[in-house]
Amino acid sequence: MKPLRDAFDRVHPYFAKGGILEKAYPVYESIDTFLFTPGETTRGRTHVRDGIDLKRMMITVVFALIPVTLFGMWNAGYQANSAIVKMTEADVPIEYDWHHSVHTFFGLGHDPGSFADNFIYGAIFFIPIYAVTMFVGGHIEMIFSVLRGHEINEGFLVTGLLFPLTLPPSIPLWQVALGIAFGVIVAKEVFGGTGRNFLNVALASRAFLYFSYAASISGDKVWTAVDGFSGATALGQMAIAEGGAIESLDSVQYVWGDTGSITWMSSFLGTIQGSIGETSALLCLVGAGILIAAGIGSWRIMLSVILGVIGTTLLLNAVGSETNPMFGVPFYWHLVIGGLAFGLVFMATDPVSASMTNTGKWFYGILIGFMTVLIRVINPAFPEGIMLAILFGNVFAPLIDYFVVQANVRRRVARYAS
Amino acid sequence: MAKKTLDVLTDPVVNNNPITLQVLGICSALAVTTKMETSVVMAIAVIAVTGFSNLAVSAIRSFIPSSIRIIVQMCVIASLVIVVDQFLKAFLFDISKQLSVFVGLIITNCIVMGRAEGFAMKNSAGISFLDGIGNGLGYGFVLLVVAFFRELFGSGSLFGFTLLELDRNGGWYNPNGMMLLPPSAFFIIGMMIWVIRLNKPAQIEES
Repeated sequence: MKPLRDAFDRVHPYFAKGGILEKAYPVYESIDTFLFTPGETTRGRTHVRDGIDLKRMMITVVFALIPVTLFGMWNAGYQANSAIVKMTEADVPIEYDWHHSVHTFFGLGHDPGSFADNFIYGAIFFIPIYAVTMFVGGHIEMIFSVLRGHEINEGFLVTGLLFPLTLPPSIPLWQVALGIAFGVIVAKEVFGGTGRNFLNVALASRAFLYFSYAASISGDKVWTAVDGFSGATALGQMAIAEGGAIESLDSVQYVWGDTGSITWMSSFLGTIQGSIGETSALLCLVGAGILIAAGIGSWRIMLSVILGVIGTTLLLNAVGSETNPMFGVPFYWHLVIGGLAFGLVFMATDPVSASMTNTGKWFYGILIGFMTVLIRVINPAFPEGIMLAILFGNVFAPLIDYFVVQANVRRRVARYAS
Repeated sequence: MAKKTLDVLTDPVVNNNPITLQVLGICSALAVTTKMETSVVMAIAVIAVTGFSNLAVSAIRSFIPSSIRIIVQMCVIASLVIVVDQFLKAFLFDISKQLSVFVGLIITNCIVMGRAEGFAMKNSAGISFLDGIGNGLGYGFVLLVVAFFRELFGSGSLFGFTLLELDRNGGWYNPNGMMLLPPSAFFIIGMMIWVIRLNKPAQIEES
């Protein structure tokens, strides 16, 4: 560690005030404080102190995301390999691309029973998406920080990991680059950079792709990374079910003709197809545990989203519908399928775009839960609703805070009036 | 005087643009800008209406009782819009169908009313006419820029001529579906405001 520290100290004068690379100081500073504890201490009259700064907070979120990321890589490979085996058996033509070439270059096959086959094949899909996100988004962030003289901080590490996890493994890489560029510029830098984005950046990027290139990020062809595959996700299947929505999951039609089934347990564990990081509700729970234990994610928001989902679902179950089978889906299914678990743990709790007040967090969470179920059940155009619901909640968060603060002001005025 | 006359005509195009600075007339800028062709026709229609409504309102401004001036201005504007609408229906029926209600809605376009009330009521007929044309040009300029990006990236063409061959027709370009939805115009207008204010910091509002 000492030689590294010395190296930093040696180049420091170039970046300090008056040095030739003065403008690039934010770049130097971000690498230095990423590796070492910052040397500065709080000055002035601030007397609220905490052992954790924004950098450490963001890194903790990244740690909480590691379980879903690793599982996501395995599952992307597992889904693809299972599909390849089934499609080969049924003589469905498969078009292999460069992912397959790299995979066979390492001498690995497509056996869904082998851990290495699954994990490596998934990683070959995930790592390029992640690399493109970090490269494009990171450079945009760096350019803006250097131009404005802001600090570059680990906030982008979180966005840059969240965004790939919300994408299907088969997404074209140029769309990944375009999406994250849009998100970082329009949802974040335009409003002043880190801490001033009123929308969750990863979700804004995803929403851009969703509306721009719907064919790559919705439907029943994209969630398993095999060219030629098709098969509905749980939400997609239920939306078009005839008769009971849950019963229809026992006979999902895949391209190989065989009908597979999606069980509650497989949805909970996450061995179903979907966006890379969101399939496993169990590992999202683990992430929620880490975030709550570290005091970073708000348990109020997580709990209130769940309450919102349960309440709305029970209401819709009671209303019922002859024509729309989604009305009958019970809440314990809603909680494990789609991106709900991932979104409520990692996206809705984003401290910048969520409500700040404790009372506000309850309203904010319930609003998100309510909107998610409403979009899933009532809007036939969007099978999944958590992304739009969280963006909707983000937009309302400042308003909710305003009313909570005003109510508090009114209460105190009334208390001291007499 | 000559310079001032010219300023009245050119100022609204960038320096005092009705859309990017005054943020008026946004609704039709979202609705009609999916194609260059409709945008050009819409821009010309608005230029004609703002120009002639300013001219007419300015010409009769000393005879309008102040208490009913808004109604009188509306009558003038509405008559002009009906003329434009009928003209389009007679000679450019296809485009008129695509523009549908938005030609009629020029009546409610805040730019037209704003110029009649804000400029034509106080100035002589000639310069009011130029002001109307200038503001119409400013509106048209924004419309064309927005439509340029929306048609190019959303449909791969300009004025209906294919520039980027779409992948569903065997080409290479994967069209951006959001560009065909009205919200994309918000983003493009926002970007335009960003670029204009970078070059003209005087337009930045004080916070």
